[in-house]
Amino acid sequence: MAMDSTQETPADWEYSPAPEKTKVSIEPKNKLFIGGKFVSPKSRSWFATINPATEEKLADIACAGKADVNAAVLAAKKALPKWSKCGGSVRAKYLYRIARRIQERSRELAILETMDGGKPIKESRDVDLPLVAQHFFYYAGWADKLEYAFPGREVSSVGVCAQIIPWNFPLLMAAWKLAPALACGNTCVLKPAETTSLTALRLAEIIQEVGLPEGVVNIVTGAGDTGRFLADHKAVQKVAFTGSTEVGKLLMRSTAGTGKKLTLELGGKGANIIFADAAIDQAVEGIITGIYFNQGHVCCAGSRLFVEESILDEVVQKLKHRLRSLRVGDPLDKNTDLGAINSQSQLDIVQQYVRTAIDEGAQLHEVHQDRLPSKGYWCHPCFFTDVQPSHTIAREEVFGPVLSVMTFRTPEEAISRANNSPYGLAAGVWTDKGSKIFEIAKKLDAGIVWCNTYNKFDAASPFGGFKESGFGREGGMQGLRPYVQLNNKNGGLL
Amino acid sequence: MARLTVPKTYKLYIGGKFPRTESGRSIAVENLHGETIAHICHGSRKDFRDAVESATKAFSSWSGITGYLRGQILYRMAEMLESRREEFAAAIQVTQDVTVTTARKEVDASVDRLVRFAGWTDKYQQVIGCANPIAGNYYNFTVPQPQGVVVAIAPTTPSLLGLITCIGAPLCSGNAVIAIGSDEHPMATAIFGEVCQTSDLPAGIINLITGSQQELIEHIATHRQVSGVYAANVSKKTRTAIEEGAADSVKRVRCVTIDDDAWYDNSRVASPWEIEPFVEMKTIWHPSSC
Repeated sequence: MAMDSTQETPADWEYSPAPEKTKVSIEPKNKLFIGGKFVSPKSRSWFATINPATEEKLADIACAGKADVNAAVLAAKKALPKWSKCGGSVRAKYLYRIARRIQERSRELAILETMDGGKPIKESRDVDLPLVAQHFFYYAGWADKLEYAFPGREVSSVGVCAQIIPWNFPLLMAAWKLAPALACGNTCVLKPAETTSLTALRLAEIIQEVGLPEGVVNIVTGAGDTGRFLADHKAVQKVAFTGSTEVGKLLMRSTAGTGKKLTLELGGKGANIIFADAAIDQAVEGIITGIYFNQGHVCCAGSRLFVEESILDEVVQKLKHRLRSLRVGDPLDKNTDLGAINSQSQLDIVQQYVRTAIDEGAQLHEVHQDRLPSKGYWCHPCFFTDVQPSHTIAREEVFGPVLSVMTFRTPEEAISRANNSPYGLAAGVWTDKGSKIFEIAKKLDAGIVWCNTYNKFDAASPFGGFKESGFGREGGMQGLRPYVQLNNKNGGLL
Repeated sequence: MARLTVPKTYKLYIGGKFPRTESGRSIAVENLHGETIAHICHGSRKDFRDAVESATKAFSSWSGITGYLRGQILYRMAEMLESRREEFAAAIQVTQDVTVTTARKEVDASVDRLVRFAGWTDKYQQVIGCANPIAGNYYNFTVPQPQGVVVAIAPTTPSLLGLITCIGAPLCSGNAVIAIGSDEHPMATAIFGEVCQTSDLPAGIINLITGSQQELIEHIATHRQVSGVYAANVSKKTRTAIEEGAADSVKRVRCVTIDDDAWYDNSRVASPWEIEPFVEMKTIWHPSSC
């Protein structure tokens, strides 16, 4: 007899708590990492970082002011000549060492990532950390082979890189920025997001441990001002930013005419398209992975679901059933599917979008009814039906566990509705028909198209967007391009 | 009595047609002796917007065909330019302070440049794209795709070779192009429309505007239907204006400074690394299992 996946499970099988009990020590005051040393901020300013699942303060973090940023950039500038000339195989070995130490300290890093950012331990342990280590391993191997990636060109480093990263994958974003930059012979100043600095500073410890030359990597913590000082610094030759489209546009304006190279990985409003001939149960899993992974704090999240009209009822029923089984709560519990929203301000944004969607006439399905912890920042995973393309919820990035469900009748309609967005980061397509899947994949304006899968990542796979989702790629061979100058044998820089 | 000549006014080339500028303005082109030999249109912001509209509509007719077919059409353009070599050489020679030999050399290089890009149409994908060896059971590959409408701002000199190079790179990958010809030496741009028109190129894929680059810069940089800007030898001030304006819709901008000799160097200006700035890399995943 065929299983009906919407059938209720007969017995009430509760999960016992399975908390990750390993204790990770955190310094009460976390300093800046400049020129190979941990130093107190000249600004004498500190801010608190909290655990978003408990609202408890974890530690104080240094807030880098202009003088601190200047010191970090100058340290990177000083380290540049030696590092860029030390040879690809030497750089490779340093990166391999970093990769190994990340693997060896992965438990500590995963726990810290979960405590500081709120994501479930099973994600930080099984997704973030393995990818972080892989990223360093992958780019380590490129360091002495760069000329093979750029046929017909000689390759040299760009210089001092300012790298500004977001809070949704703190250590992974640090790896995405640092690994290719270092492999190509650049020196870096990294600014983590203010709510998630701890793992980046733990990476600084690893950088010290492996003996990376002083100043090759510098880490300055702080908020938006710190990032602006860094991007505006005259000695910076390259700015790499992952974050909102709004800030990305500001960076385009502030770097205009300066000759600084720029890469941007910005927002998204991913379309996840399900055809009637798809394997529906698998597709429903793909919807869940697409939007509820990391509480929906994912720029490539499949936040717009397009379902072929004939299977809408079936998909919605299965989605409701699956949503009921998601476990929301203590991020350190190994059974948790959705952890805490990263901050109060992000929770406010998500809740505002939910209210707006209701006001504009979309229908909320909040089938997940588990009690949420009394402290911390929490949001029930939910979805909306009766969503019109003009609704705010269908157009703007929510960056939370909120899905918009819409329908289509023909492949052409699916493509035109999916592409009807200023964003173009990622998309998903579900059908068992091979020729159809490739035709749709070809016509979607998105930098990543997941066919019969969603939210998969790999160091060898380039990531980055079309249109207002930014430019430049991270990961894969194309991920080297932002960090090299291509020199023609007859002269001239590109 | 000497025959009274029939001087020509060169029109714009937009959407496969030769309209006069809607602004009703023209510019006299003089030879080296200061005599007027022709008039060209002084294109306006409205002409530019019309060109964007035509290019946007035409984009799918060019990006959707095979690289093989695009290559044949680019080669056809080379054939048409070859047959008009003398006309272009004369236009360059009488308006720029160069010898006939130099003018002919530029035209010949321009024909060869089109042939060069004709060859890239179905090959650059294999140079800059790849299959990715990811750690799992997936097929994963990265392929380039054209961006849409790209504006090429041609250098002052070489007025034909520079124009064709700036058009060729975004064109060969499937973008629709609007080229703004050299302010100082617009003749090559003005005549080039007649080559495009007779080359099986879908209407609207190449659009040519003459007049004042400076007047159009702000509109080019801020037009939301424009995906990319390829500007050659512009001033720092112009570059800043383009890059600032581009922010609003996150346009791709490539500003290059290339001296006259380097325009003749294929490896410098007609390699895959000139095509790459005007394509988007798309990575496609699919699970592999039974």
